[in-house]
Amino acid sequence: MPDGGILLAMLVATLRAATPLVLAGLGELVTERAGVLNLGIEGMMLVGAAVGFMATVATGNPALGMLAAMLAGAAMALVFGFLTLSLLANQVATGLALTIFGIGLSALLVVDYQGHPITGLATVISPGLSQASPMVQQLLLIDPLVVLALVLPFVVQWFLGRTRAGLVVRAVGESHDVAFALGYRVIRIRYLCVVFGGAISGLAGAYLSLAYTPMWTENMVAGRGWIALALVVFSTWKPVLLAVGALLFGFVTIAQFQAEAMGINVPSQLLATLPYLATIAVLVLISRDATRTKLNAPAALGRSFHAST
Amino acid sequence: MNFSRRTLLRTATLAPTAGLIGHALAADPYKVAFVYVAPIGDAGWTYQHDLGRKALEASFGGAVKTSYVENVEEGADSERVIRQLATTNQMVFTTSFGYMNPTLKVAKSFPKVHFAHATGYKRATNVATYSARFYEGRYLAGLLAGRMSKSGVIGYVAAFPIPEVVGGINAMLLGALSANPKATIKMVWTSSWFDPGKERAAADTLIAQGADIITHHTDSTAVVQAGEEKGVYSIAYNSDMSAYGPKTCLTAVTMVWDGYYINAVKSGMAGTWKSDDVWGGIRAGMIKMAKLNPVVPADVAAEIATKTAAIGAGTLKPFAGPVTAQDGSTKAAVGAALADKDIASINWFVLGVQGKV
Repeated sequence: MPDGGILLAMLVATLRAATPLVLAGLGELVTERAGVLNLGIEGMMLVGAAVGFMATVATGNPALGMLAAMLAGAAMALVFGFLTLSLLANQVATGLALTIFGIGLSALLVVDYQGHPITGLATVISPGLSQASPMVQQLLLIDPLVVLALVLPFVVQWFLGRTRAGLVVRAVGESHDVAFALGYRVIRIRYLCVVFGGAISGLAGAYLSLAYTPMWTENMVAGRGWIALALVVFSTWKPVLLAVGALLFGFVTIAQFQAEAMGINVPSQLLATLPYLATIAVLVLISRDATRTKLNAPAALGRSFHAST
Repeated sequence: MNFSRRTLLRTATLAPTAGLIGHALAADPYKVAFVYVAPIGDAGWTYQHDLGRKALEASFGGAVKTSYVENVEEGADSERVIRQLATTNQMVFTTSFGYMNPTLKVAKSFPKVHFAHATGYKRATNVATYSARFYEGRYLAGLLAGRMSKSGVIGYVAAFPIPEVVGGINAMLLGALSANPKATIKMVWTSSWFDPGKERAAADTLIAQGADIITHHTDSTAVVQAGEEKGVYSIAYNSDMSAYGPKTCLTAVTMVWDGYYINAVKSGMAGTWKSDDVWGGIRAGMIKMAKLNPVVPADVAAEIATKTAAIGAGTLKPFAGPVTAQDGSTKAAVGAALADKDIASINWFVLGVQGKV
């Protein structure tokens, strides 16, 4: 039977596994709420991970690394914004291109920095980590980004639901023509949301390269950007539900490892599919009311806007 | 990485001139090409092959000229790359299992070019195969783990249940049992060769469940780093990862291809090359243990050295009996040992592994 130590370890591992998904997912959620579909999350996360790693190696300061990662993610998003919002390119194609571009760019950027071992964020904050008792060690692994991932969903929910600015963002995502007629600068608002999404995706990438697995290897995001994208849809564009989905996904992944390590007699291939099955099942159950789901989906999602149309 | 990319660029720009000089001077250099499945990086499978390539160039001086293409996907893309390389080289090494059929297909159209395919089992008159006896290194790693572990629980992060991985897990436990009869292995499948995040989570899980030595059969350095962060010993795989775990990484089971590449090219140049199947281990120098961490006591280090020599001499066989499978059946009786073909197709766990194939 799992004892207290193992339960605590599972809890902390779940939080850590979910953090990059929550952060990247929230970035995409805000972007989509403004009516823009950016499929480039994976690419922005990779560039964020790469630049965050380089900046940390160069300066020795993970805080500067995270800042650099956010700027890099934002710059990637700005390229996407320029192509889709200013030049009216197709959002799906441009987003896919951004991901492919990010995979190559991130690998190229780090060529000179590869192989530098860096100290993980948790060890930087509490240098005695490797000597601490197992219980204390678990608690020390909860770093500021994990805390941010727990708080941010509520902040974004409040922003979108309770503030005037959030209402404007949603109006732009529902009907850019009406929002424009009311005098809102649709393109500028969309740019802001896209750049926010990029910055926070970059931070999610930096969490992987600075805290979760403190290192750089090519393609280290390993599909988490796509999982974040799926979580946005399954959570019906609701920030807190998104966080629940990400935590659930993280929990089932960790529980699968725990079950295997305990020697439970289930085929590993079946266990490997469980995180996906469980997350989809729960989120489908939550969003089973089709009308409400439709009401939540931003009506102008993926549609280009030009003032003349 | 930096070095080789620059070299590649330089080679690309200088290639035409170099060709002219070559013709003007004496004989052309013997040309050898390598196909890599991953980027060279700073650790891992492809990195070790590239070290072999560099050793090859160094040992022949200007007489051999090598080139490589990295990050070549297995399948249709690889056939195109291999074909391209076959037109300009006398020998081509294809270094991943999935290149097997493309290599054979291309080899048919280039009967005068020598091909060698790593880890495959299909050969032709101009296609040889080569692989390393990974399990010999794993047995020594297990012995070291058995001596260094207090709990006797070894945590093993593995990718897929294929014979190469399963055999490594079994050999590790047999090595550990020789030092500590109560040793067990707890293991987790990540269902991916490369996902640092998953490897890290798996390692954390195993540590939480009482493993005080962790190892991996996956491609990143995440497991070694998990150990370093939590103060738990680790044993690395593929290449020396001590830079990622200076205090806790005890050693690494590494593959060294230098000797094989040099011999193959030597026989190619002499015209004595023939298609064969090389499966070398410690004796052939294809498997080497990386330098032991200073925390390993001198008597344990001496024992590892003795057992390494015994495996090299053939007096110690990792899969010598008695070997009992998880279901209680005897796979090798006392005095017997598993045959090569049984090791190459192993699909059961030794008693004491907590996990399922």
